[in-house]
Amino acid sequence: MDSIISAASVIAAGLSIGLAAIGPGIGQGQAAGAAVEGIARQPEAENQIRGTLLLSLAFMEALTIYGLVVALSLLFANPFTS
Amino acid sequence: MYPFNLMNTSLLLSGGGVEVGVHYYWDIAGISLHGQVFIVMWFVIILLLGAAILGTAKLDRIPEGWQNFMESVIEFTSDIAKNQLGESFYRPWVPFISTLFLFIFGCNWAGAVIPWKLIELPEGELAAPTNDINTTVALSLLVSIFYFYGGLRKKGLGYFKRYIQPTPILLPINILEDFTKPLSLSFRLFGNVLADELTVTVLTILVPLIVPLPIMGLGIFAGSVQALIFSTLAAAYIAEAVE
Repeated sequence: MDSIISAASVIAAGLSIGLAAIGPGIGQGQAAGAAVEGIARQPEAENQIRGTLLLSLAFMEALTIYGLVVALSLLFANPFTS
Repeated sequence: MYPFNLMNTSLLLSGGGVEVGVHYYWDIAGISLHGQVFIVMWFVIILLLGAAILGTAKLDRIPEGWQNFMESVIEFTSDIAKNQLGESFYRPWVPFISTLFLFIFGCNWAGAVIPWKLIELPEGELAAPTNDINTTVALSLLVSIFYFYGGLRKKGLGYFKRYIQPTPILLPINILEDFTKPLSLSFRLFGNVLADELTVTVLTILVPLIVPLPIMGLGIFAGSVQALIFSTLAAAYIAEAVE
């Protein structure tokens, strides 16, 4: 395999997961903060808030997972190496 | 197709390495199938069937034991459908949504809970069936087919009117949405399950004792959340088409 291609793939894999983690990290922090605020204001709604929070956290996490899928396909199933 | 095995080239080899894209192929009628996926999948199907048969074998007016348990499971899964589709439409979709939830949940937990690595295969290794992209793509294409079916049956050809709503300018985006829905569904499930297994494998290679345990717990939790997400989204897509 071409060493330039493998080096570029490894760098791209690292970048893709790293960059994909920034946005969802900020988003998850804001969502969790808002949920804590909501629970502090209305402790009796805690169960409902927790359910909604988990669901929306999983949606945001999906964005990072897309980056991960790209990284994995670059590392394990690279189309440019054959 | 899969030219190199990342960990084979590194110092982490001592523990066995990480295998992604290595499969135990079955050649049946000229088609090569990923055998390890089928073995675990059949195991999950037999488990679910067994639970269903045990739950319905001796039906009582006042439920006991397995019947009680299965009734609470079905109540939970039909709540998923009810929350998305609404009180008056949800009933015909309960079997589909419940099956999706139970199957994905069973697959994720089968990969996370059962020590499959003890069973040696000639090639590849037994793991959660959902860590193969083919499984998740098949599941999400099923969801696509079902929401088209639901929309067409409810509204006939008038279903396609929603592509030019609110304005015809949005037509390309509305068409694109039909492709991004199964794409994001399948990648979300596949990526989450594979990420869990990879993290556990890499940690086990680095520190074999105690340290991977919290990540394994997280994997069990994430497996159930992903099953919930997948079935919730499937119900939401169907609701969007049916309404």
